[in-house]
Amino acid sequence: MNDDTLLSVRGVGKRFGARWACRDVSFDLHPGEVLAVVGESGSGKTTLLNLLALRLALDEGSVHYSPRPDGSSPGGLRDLASLSEARQRLLSRTEWGFVDQHPRDGLRMAVSAGANVAERLMLLGGEHYGRLRATARDWMSRVELAEDRIDDLPSRFSGGMQQRLQIARNLVTGPRLVFMDEPTSGLDVSVQARLLDLLRSLVDDLGLACIVVTHDLAVARLLAHRMLVMKDGAVVEAGLTDRVLDDPHHPYTQLLVSSVLMP
Amino acid sequence: MNSATAASALDQPPMSEQQGGYNFGFLDEQTKRHIRRALLKAVAIPGYQVPFGSREMPLPYGWGTGGIQVTASIIGRDDVLKVIDQGSDGTVNAVNIRRFFARTTGVRTTTLTAQASIIQTRHRIPEKPLRDGQILVFQVPMPEPLFRLEPRRAQTIKLHALAEYGLMSVRLYEDIAQLGAIARTYDYPVQVNGRYLMSPSPIPKFDNPKLNMSPALQLFGAGREKRLYAVPPYTPVHSLAFEDHPFEVQRWEQACGLCGSADSFLDEVIVDDAGKRLFVCSDSDHCRERSLAGHQPAAGVQPDDAVTPPVEASA
Repeated sequence: MNDDTLLSVRGVGKRFGARWACRDVSFDLHPGEVLAVVGESGSGKTTLLNLLALRLALDEGSVHYSPRPDGSSPGGLRDLASLSEARQRLLSRTEWGFVDQHPRDGLRMAVSAGANVAERLMLLGGEHYGRLRATARDWMSRVELAEDRIDDLPSRFSGGMQQRLQIARNLVTGPRLVFMDEPTSGLDVSVQARLLDLLRSLVDDLGLACIVVTHDLAVARLLAHRMLVMKDGAVVEAGLTDRVLDDPHHPYTQLLVSSVLMP
Repeated sequence: MNSATAASALDQPPMSEQQGGYNFGFLDEQTKRHIRRALLKAVAIPGYQVPFGSREMPLPYGWGTGGIQVTASIIGRDDVLKVIDQGSDGTVNAVNIRRFFARTTGVRTTTLTAQASIIQTRHRIPEKPLRDGQILVFQVPMPEPLFRLEPRRAQTIKLHALAEYGLMSVRLYEDIAQLGAIARTYDYPVQVNGRYLMSPSPIPKFDNPKLNMSPALQLFGAGREKRLYAVPPYTPVHSLAFEDHPFEVQRWEQACGLCGSADSFLDEVIVDDAGKRLFVCSDSDHCRERSLAGHQPAAGVQPDDAVTPPVEASA
């Protein structure tokens, strides 16, 4: 845990009834770093992500985050549990993004694409319609959506477009940390490739730190600097992506790597 | 509110003073005290929705049970009551509620805005500016302004607590994007005292500016939803809008066909089987007062030769 750590996770666990969905997870994340969390279904990946994004309450352990320094508060790691709910919600809306697995969960399906992108700005007090709209257009073009579809409902977009819209909606406030839950899993292969390209360039351009939950090792290989391998709620292996994928140590990781189909 | 109602709730008024077997103002003293206590809280936190134990009233929800309970709780023997529905003293709802209170309290009733100390209203604020000491009681069907935007009650309470009102901006944005203008013409959302988002009840947005810095106390009662809220006198009430799409009220090209008023809220009335239309003030007392004062409709406009609609091909 040194000065430029963005997120510091220590001994995090969550229990549903008597069963631990994930337990004793610890890692540090630095600004601009992409971390992939891989594992089979039911291994506690999504639970971990929800814990970090404050969508679930911790049962044990702690998460420290270093908010962007501003006039009122100095920088440095802060225990997220010690922040007021108002501050937590503000953080999750300004400095964080959350890309849901299903765009329908992360988008407001009843309002237009432009309103979806501009929503966070309006929550922060944006009161100029023309400027909100200009920003929404700009972000739509940055995620390769046609600007003239700004007034269309998301339900009229394809799955890949919805996912890109969801990304634009999250990035509009310039977050530093983005949580992604299986961002490509609902898409067909060619769309997946384009989305991954887009994500990689956005992450590079904006210097985003990302935590990407995925069961797809190719996604991890393409996006992530480091990865955690989870099984039955515990981290069984952690390390640089290339190291883990090329030289897996834990038997489960070996199984995972060897079970990838090669065309 | 006079000393009679402020007396200890446990003191029942003597039988001789009870009206037709009912307590003064229909509700029992404990209930009235409970509602007054909730109203005090509502006045202390302008725009905040205070839950209260809404009682069964002898008329259905949607007919003004919330407003009636508020009026019944604050009315005293010296009060003068006016009841309007859509601006008129003569509609069924207004006549019945006025008669209800005349029977259960014996207080004086009036149709004159200036003489009333309590005005219970549905859908309008009187045109005549209110003064210090008057109380305006609104009947509210849906107190939650975020209703239809956020379906979960617990979530809307949290949004109010944290003053997160971006959802309403999303709705207004969407109106402009799809329709070119903010489409809400009634129940137009307002922010009270820079803090709570509030539904002004289904008054036309024409009346929203009258909420702002009003000298009168404004109380809102929602019977079915069991919520009370209030705007104390001289409280800023801001109608939401965008900087480049400011809030505007309705305007009419016509003037009132009875009193010639050009600046009041007009109703369009069909006056005969041929579909002749007449625009008249929705506030009947305002219109009558102007007519008695000698105001006439503009020359050439008479109720008898009201605007004839363009001829349409009949089937």
